Amino acid sequence: MTTMGTRSPGPLVRVRNLVKHYDTRRGLFGRLTGRAGVLVKALNDVSFDVGRGETLGLIGESGCGKSTLGRAVLRLHEPTSGRVEFGGEDVTALDADALKEMRRKMQIIFQDPYASLNPRRTVAEIVGLPLKLHGLARNGRELRDKTAAIVENVGLKTAHLDRFPHQFSGGQRQRIGIARALILNPDFIVCDEPVSALDVSIQAQIVQLLSDLKREMGLTYLFISHDIAVIGYVSDRVAVMYLGEIVEMGPAEAVLERARHPYTQSLLSAVPEIDRPGRRRHVALRGDLPSPLSPPPGCKFHTRCPLATDICRTVAPKPTAVGPDHTAACHLVEDNVELAS
Amino acid sequence: MTDTASRPLLEVRGLRTAFATRNGLVRAVDGVDLDVRQGECLGIVGESGSGKSVTFASVMGLVRSPGYIEGGSIRFEGRELTGLAPSEMRLLRGRDIAMTMQDALTALNPALTVGEQLTEVLHAHDGTLPRERRARRIAVRERAVEMMRLVGIPSPETRLGNYPHEFSGGMRQRIMIAIALACRPKLLIADEPTTALDVTIQAQVLDLIADIRQELGMSVVLITHDLGVVAEHCDRVMVMYAGQVVETGTTRQVIADPRHPYTQGLLNSIPRLSMRGRRIRPIDGQVPELIDLPAQCRFFGRCAVRLEPCKAEIAMRAMAEGRMVRCVRAGEGEP
Repeated sequence: MTTMGTRSPGPLVRVRNLVKHYDTRRGLFGRLTGRAGVLVKALNDVSFDVGRGETLGLIGESGCGKSTLGRAVLRLHEPTSGRVEFGGEDVTALDADALKEMRRKMQIIFQDPYASLNPRRTVAEIVGLPLKLHGLARNGRELRDKTAAIVENVGLKTAHLDRFPHQFSGGQRQRIGIARALILNPDFIVCDEPVSALDVSIQAQIVQLLSDLKREMGLTYLFISHDIAVIGYVSDRVAVMYLGEIVEMGPAEAVLERARHPYTQSLLSAVPEIDRPGRRRHVALRGDLPSPLSPPPGCKFHTRCPLATDICRTVAPKPTAVGPDHTAACHLVEDNVELAS
Repeated sequence: MTDTASRPLLEVRGLRTAFATRNGLVRAVDGVDLDVRQGECLGIVGESGSGKSVTFASVMGLVRSPGYIEGGSIRFEGRELTGLAPSEMRLLRGRDIAMTMQDALTALNPALTVGEQLTEVLHAHDGTLPRERRARRIAVRERAVEMMRLVGIPSPETRLGNYPHEFSGGMRQRIMIAIALACRPKLLIADEPTTALDVTIQAQVLDLIADIRQELGMSVVLITHDLGVVAEHCDRVMVMYAGQVVETGTTRQVIADPRHPYTQGLLNSIPRLSMRGRRIRPIDGQVPELIDLPAQCRFFGRCAVRLEPCKAEIAMRAMAEGRMVRCVRAGEGEP
């Protein structure tokens, strides 16, 4: 079953000091005019582990770098610096052939089930393509059989194989995307907002399917979502991102029930809850996310933080242990016991 | 609070809106009854294709060909709106009833500054403005700045000269709310006002609507798929499925004691932060096509507790005052 060092001990995925900067000078416009560009710091020194069989949930507002992180880990976007290890092997050092081989073990499910499937290919072609690219089917018969098996695994029928994406609903399309990610029998999947585009009852079907598949196939997920309740449901551990940095990380229960970073606390207090009818006081979080083109100095959250002091405006805080396997990057973490209550 | 004895602000009875398509007649709204009372916030919950947006597009007179209102009555302050001349309807829109659209980027005109779009509404609808040109221009500008400030846009005087693309998603949603509220309507219909926004911005926008509702004493219809938003902001809730209302009641009643299997399924399929570890139970299947629906309960194909009598048209049944459910088993409670 598993190949390429995925049986080595330690976490399956180990990310260290990952940095991704986008240089606006690189564009055609920038080169022609020779204007000094601006560096967009999409990821800034991000480190984390994902254990075997674990789901790490990633939350944060749009523009915080969640999706960039998911893609940089798979080297779909080339990281600027830092290290990504998969089963002990340095993914960032692999050449094209070795990377292709590695991609059999690491896959991605995209947010938009409308844009991520080629409208001119049938389900059989879309789902079977990875097998063909990796030469894993000896003939058409085997390709068809393997494709049919995985399609049934995700709750579609073999009768669907020769249809085109537009003949399916959003939920069914997401199942096609999941089948494509699973057909190579990977160990690790980046789920990038896999249920955000779906209706509530369909969302539940897909969340359920992803958890069933994880159990049956022994998968490991990096699960990206802006829906905090969904993250709470699927995750073993949770990481909270703000402007390209992880500001808090720990066991799901600790981060969601005993959040220590003021940003996590305000994020959680903004989630409307069915079980607490009536208006609640939200922890004041003024304004929008600052532009990553000109992030504020010091702690990047200080412009919106209700507790910010002088040190926050000048010195960037380092992640500090606040509990077992639980860290928060905040100067005030000692005094900030419970802001929300 | 609300005076239940007085006439509701908006009364819809037996509304049917259909779209003629190549494949047949799509009955997007099929026999909807609803009341919006003075000063209340009514939540409309349902998935895509449930008819929630089309119901209120019908109220606003915004259903375009090939769609049309087949039948039913829409009364606003006792006045019948169906069959009203377009010019009369236009007077009512903006001044008495205003609607914000789900996608602020496409709803705003990209070629006009937000100031131009905001003052346009005031010029068209506000009868209290002075007639003399110079005085009128100054008054309109003052009102526009005041509205921008009300929805929390920093330095409104300069921002009025910006175009929609120069604002973030949350800001654009606020600007649309500012335009909708410019003439102090009696009823605000907010169609998915926060769907595209982050939770932090969502909380700001919803708090803003709630504050303005209190300040102006207006009624609000909040169309959403998020039951958490309903729980936090709405007095009453109406659940729609496949073009029909399937359950109504106070928010507390419907959430604590849902009686329709669809409402129960919806509540069971949502992960909740406060109930981590509880397994979600999705509803199997999907919403039926709205063409040539058989004369039976529309949830029949997905219902876990269906019976023989469900294979007939099911009428709304009153469980208590203001509490209605479209299910033959509604009296039995949660199965």
